[in-house]
Amino acid sequence: MAASSLNHGQKQPTNMEEFMEGIWKQNPTFVMVLGMCPTLAVTVSAMNAISMGLATTFVLVASALLVSLVRNIVPSQVRIAAYILIIATFVTVVDYAIQAISLAVYDALGAFIQLIVVNCIILGRAEAHAAKNPPTRAAINAVGMGIGFTIGLFALGSVREILGAGKLFGIALFGPDFQPWVVMVLPPGGFFVLASWLLLFNWLDSRKAAKAQTEEGRIHA
Amino acid sequence: MSEATLQPATPSAAMIRTLGILSTICGVLIVSAYQITLEPVAANKKIALERAVFKVIPGAHSVKEFDATSAGIQPAGAIVPEGAVKFYAAYDQAGALKGIAAEGAGKGYADTVRVMYAYDPARQVITGIGVVSMRETPGIGDKITTDPAFLKNFVALDVKLAADLKALANAVKTVKHGSKQNAWEIDAISGATVTSKAVGKGINASAQKLLPLLVPHLDKLQGGK
Amino acid sequence: MKTTMTPGIELRTSPHVVKGNSVERIMFHVVLALLPIAAFSVWQYGVSALTSLVTITLVCIGSERLFNRLSGQPSTLSDWSATITGLLLALSLPPAFPLWMGAVAGFVAIALGKALFGGIGYNVMNPALVGRAFVQAAFPVAITTWIPAFSPNRFSEFAPTTFTAPLMMPPDISVWAKQALDGFTGATPLAIWKFDNVLATPADFLSGSVTASTGETSAILILLCGMYLAARKFLDWRIPVAILGSAALTALVFQAIDPNRYPDPLFVLLSGGLMLGAVFMATDMATSPVTPKGVWIYGALIGVVTVMIRYFGGLTEGVMYAILIANALAPLIDQVTQPRVFGQVKAAKEKKA
Repeated sequence: MAASSLNHGQKQPTNMEEFMEGIWKQNPTFVMVLGMCPTLAVTVSAMNAISMGLATTFVLVASALLVSLVRNIVPSQVRIAAYILIIATFVTVVDYAIQAISLAVYDALGAFIQLIVVNCIILGRAEAHAAKNPPTRAAINAVGMGIGFTIGLFALGSVREILGAGKLFGIALFGPDFQPWVVMVLPPGGFFVLASWLLLFNWLDSRKAAKAQTEEGRIHA
Repeated sequence: MSEATLQPATPSAAMIRTLGILSTICGVLIVSAYQITLEPVAANKKIALERAVFKVIPGAHSVKEFDATSAGIQPAGAIVPEGAVKFYAAYDQAGALKGIAAEGAGKGYADTVRVMYAYDPARQVITGIGVVSMRETPGIGDKITTDPAFLKNFVALDVKLAADLKALANAVKTVKHGSKQNAWEIDAISGATVTSKAVGKGINASAQKLLPLLVPHLDKLQGGK
Repeated sequence: MKTTMTPGIELRTSPHVVKGNSVERIMFHVVLALLPIAAFSVWQYGVSALTSLVTITLVCIGSERLFNRLSGQPSTLSDWSATITGLLLALSLPPAFPLWMGAVAGFVAIALGKALFGGIGYNVMNPALVGRAFVQAAFPVAITTWIPAFSPNRFSEFAPTTFTAPLMMPPDISVWAKQALDGFTGATPLAIWKFDNVLATPADFLSGSVTASTGETSAILILLCGMYLAARKFLDWRIPVAILGSAALTALVFQAIDPNRYPDPLFVLLSGGLMLGAVFMATDMATSPVTPKGVWIYGALIGVVTVMIRYFGGLTEGVMYAILIANALAPLIDQVTQPRVFGQVKAAKEKKA
């Protein structure tokens, strides 16, 4: 509610801005560094990463929509319980759906599908955004967040699969003699790759900031 | 927090009502998702099971699931009897028993290694294994699925029952690389001893439990088309 | 950079002429001390070891220069630290380690082990070992593929794995190695002990004819070079003494418990990378404690952990992880072993008074 008044104080963001927020400015993986548990655990391959990303996006969008729809009738005292109930419902739905679509993907993702319930991105978005915005805006924002999260997972999953197995989406890139970097499919590999991406983004960011500053200085001069 | 101060007294009934309605909606959603996916999930599981069994019993055409208990064996139903050991009977095209498959699990280097093994009742040997799930180190532990010398252990691994049919005559045991002497021993992969041992332990534990229950009733499985 | 640790205070009349040990000077002498070891390994393993040493050192120097430039700092190549990292890394890897993997190790050593922390003196762990730990986890097979020492063609023929194409798997060398030296088993003495319970004799170690990493076979040479550095106060003699002492003591205790299962202390001291690690890697000034008591604790910890990993771990060698663990603990060790400032009374006594 503090955040909402802040939102209303400024001018309403356009739909495009709403959508882009999760993809770039507030990217859950690279900027907010949220939801690290699935980010590090299931990204051993690009396919796993995309599946996890899509599952999370579904839960994110569906729960944002429902939370936004009921935002005016849920008393604030019980809102957390209500949100978690909604999120858990959609996680169960997506759990069954993945089993129906592909057992291989279900086995690869393991317990991390059920753990979407406690992914802080989802409750965070429900509380900070969906509960204060009409359904369309909430859904658009959630789609952006979901895609941003999927991009983050894919960035890790693709690098780890390429180095760890010499493949992308299961297709061999370097022929049969490729030497897999075993560490990349082990937990430390997840940390290495995540750290490298964060390093890259922060470096680009600081360079941009430095450039902007020198330019500003020039203008003022 | 402004809302809370503006309406200090939300009646308890309102809170319970809201949560109640929400729970009902969520319940309906969950149950309908379950109902819709029930059939495809069952079909998927059947395909996955058949694939796993056919891999260890080549030439099999159909698979049936059974539970073995101290009271005998019966087709697996919705209720699993207490102390039951699950196994799968594989039949060829003509409906004759081709072999029996069961799952064993042992603690590996990273996580539990689950293997499916094929049991040939006529010769009382294990004739093949396949990995159901594992998280062993790629390039080291996962050699259990590729190392030809290791897989040779399971061409005819002896799991004969002792005379009283209560346990295996010789426990299946993983031995150090290059020191296999008996038909019931598994020659470990050098450098992947922990994973090799997990396979041996898993098979031993499962066979010790399953075979004494299964062997006296083998005739019931014949021609079980 | 914490500069030299000259213990004690000298009281003299004037003139006070003190020629301090600069970082550059210490590091330069460490390089000098490493050269005989490198030369011996080239004599043992021939051109494969030479190419490996040169390549990895050049990659380390190149990476150092790159990160200097990226961070806009002046070049730090002249302090010789990157050269030492490169040499140590190459000496701790198998002589026929594929060059591209060596290059990865060198880059990771400088990037992850050093540049990320802010360069020389700020790194928490020994950069060479960080690089080695990375390739140990990434390429577990290649890093345990050994070639025989003193094979007759070693100066004219490269090991088949040396020039493996980048990103590709090195070829299987068991046939080549057997033909290069008859009866070669391709396992280190530690592995032979662990899996077959056969002990190599001290004579095997002293002649350098055992299977090992590039710079790990010449225990005597390493000790001599270490003594030179210690005599000139370029390294803290207490660290290697504490490491070797505690390792020997731990081994002795275990041998007393079960002489059939555990090897004698001499085997523990001479095998694997313990000597090289104790003398050259654990003594890195930036990553070891500075307090007198702390140095002993640090060294003892490395010795004990090494033996524990060797005896009870999944790996055959534990020096690398032992040193990395102790490196990480060094700041903590420093903190709890701060010597009392002269004239300060212990807090407990103060209360009583």
